[in-house]
Amino acid sequence: MVPPIMQTARTNESNALAPRQPGVWGWLNRRTGIDAMLRTALYEPIPGGARFAYVFGSGLLFIFISQVITGVFLALYYVPSADHAHTTVAYITKSVTAGSFLRSLHAYGASAMIVVLLLHLSQTYIYGAYKGRRELLWLTGCLLFALILGMAFTGYLLPWDQRSYFATAVGTNAASEIPWIGESLKRMMRGGTEMGTLTISRFFVAHIFLIPACIFALVASHILLFRKAGAAGPSTEDPHEPKQKVELFYPRQVLMDLSLTALLIIGLGLLCFFVPMQLGPPANPADAQYIPRPEWYYLPIFQWLKYWHGAASILGILVIPTVLVLAVVALPFFDRSLERRPWKRPVAMGAYAFVLFALVGLGLRSQYVDTHDAGVAQQLAKQKSEEEEFMRKPFEPELSSASLAAANVALADPLAAKGKTIFEAQSCNACHGDGGVGTAAAPALVGIAAKIPPEQLAQFFQHPTPKMTAGGMPPVDLPPDDLKALIAYVESLK
Amino acid sequence: MCGCASDPESATQKSAAPRSFPDNRRSFLGALLGVGSVFVGGLLSVPLIRFALFPLLRRTTELKRSPVGAMSEFSALTEPAMRNVQIEFVDGWRKTISEKAVYVTTDKGGQLRVLTSVCPHLGCTIPWNKEKSQFICPCHGATFTKEGSRVSGPSLRGMDTLESSVQDGQLLVRFQYFRQLVSDKEVIG
Repeated sequence: MVPPIMQTARTNESNALAPRQPGVWGWLNRRTGIDAMLRTALYEPIPGGARFAYVFGSGLLFIFISQVITGVFLALYYVPSADHAHTTVAYITKSVTAGSFLRSLHAYGASAMIVVLLLHLSQTYIYGAYKGRRELLWLTGCLLFALILGMAFTGYLLPWDQRSYFATAVGTNAASEIPWIGESLKRMMRGGTEMGTLTISRFFVAHIFLIPACIFALVASHILLFRKAGAAGPSTEDPHEPKQKVELFYPRQVLMDLSLTALLIIGLGLLCFFVPMQLGPPANPADAQYIPRPEWYYLPIFQWLKYWHGAASILGILVIPTVLVLAVVALPFFDRSLERRPWKRPVAMGAYAFVLFALVGLGLRSQYVDTHDAGVAQQLAKQKSEEEEFMRKPFEPELSSASLAAANVALADPLAAKGKTIFEAQSCNACHGDGGVGTAAAPALVGIAAKIPPEQLAQFFQHPTPKMTAGGMPPVDLPPDDLKALIAYVESLK
Repeated sequence: MCGCASDPESATQKSAAPRSFPDNRRSFLGALLGVGSVFVGGLLSVPLIRFALFPLLRRTTELKRSPVGAMSEFSALTEPAMRNVQIEFVDGWRKTISEKAVYVTTDKGGQLRVLTSVCPHLGCTIPWNKEKSQFICPCHGATFTKEGSRVSGPSLRGMDTLESSVQDGQLLVRFQYFRQLVSDKEVIG
């Protein structure tokens, strides 16, 4: 056995003897070792050769990168607060060039991700590709699945329209049904007992910092563990010692993977261009009529939760889902048989078919119930038409708080309103600024009520101090009523 | 579906381990894929670039023309009429509405003219003095005629005229601020 240090020396020596590659590529390679990296990445052996069945993993990676890029760009205009979230998303959708397209790409990308994720999971399961030394690979995959669902859940709220607000209200309420920790979990997610601006902040931080960071780390581990275990190959292959002839990842598997990528680009591109994602009217928490419906991938869970009430709910909401999730997560630990062929694994395939039919059935049932209840169908149609109507309206900028404050003072107190007119007619605003905010020429009057009582203020107005006179303040010569109004206005400035 | 297990090429590759990546047999395909990826990537980045450059290519901050009143209100002006106009300033996805006083008056030829009430000297609001038939600034005593021309006082120029237009019988004005303490009118902000 050669000590590691000797091995390194020998490798260096063999490198030195190798013909020196010319050109920029050669220089880059001598500095970075990019050749070896590419070789490792692309010359991965696949037992049994390339197949279209193996394309979903790289498809997922592609959509994830697309989500990261579109997400970063959307953040150029998005503001995570209950006041501005909806306005900024409407601005992106209606005003910004290509905004509707990019937002649609991000929103539909989430759905595409779930579809490809389910295909990837199904392929791994049916091919028995989780077997033999692939426990951690499977575990990281399960965690990634959960994180992707978390991304979909947290991202859904961010537009803060009727649909997203009420779907998240239901989603967080459902979490509160979990015994013991449910209520705290709900408050943790919402940042309080009710949904509000703190909820957006929390969902935003989870959506753009926390969960993506975990996904990056786990995707890296997932790929690393995959390379360590080796590609599993077809279901007839031995999961420990592959015996079939290998084909390298490059070029045929790369081309197959790229064909899925091309399909995704074309499909999503056409969808986003011709059927862009809608945005509904801003969230109105007081709307008691609104019927919330989750996105399609949460429909089965949504329908499932409807069946459980009272004492039995602990079974439906906690026990059954927990058992199911644990069974999936622990699969490679208890399913130790090395048999991978689906037709030799009737129990595993039966369970898969059962879960698949249950999920599809629950989802369809939910749709069926909605379309066959006249009241619900009518309300859902109304909600849809409200969304379409909102989309037809041109973008309306949000009125900034600066303009509102000025208007409110005028409305609140007639005396102060009269004082405001005098303040402007007497050119007080020329030096003290509109609304008494202050300028370079004179100090701000905002909040002066807390420092100087009204009588003293009148004294200052009529007989300015030498310091005030030096600064350019003239004595205010007004009838007593006008002076009173002016003081009322100045005292009202906050 | 695959048939690569019987592919003689894949069998040879198993033993052909140490070699440089861009080997000749694959380099044409590699170049094709590289060019293709760059092309598709470039195509996909078009909407991203347009999205990011939106504020550079389109006006995202603008001052809208504000309505002053119906033209009929100003048909028989004998002295400047003061009007408070609402100035709407759009800044990306938000807008600010503020109020400012303007005067509608006539010039020597009888044409309507809109003057800002901001004194070109130091920015005080100038009131119209009925008795003296003059604009007299309360701060430093600059005086102006009914048309806004400078009469006396510290101001270096007459009152500033604002751009105005008529649309559907409404007088519209574009409110702007002008540099103070200079003899030529110069727009700021």
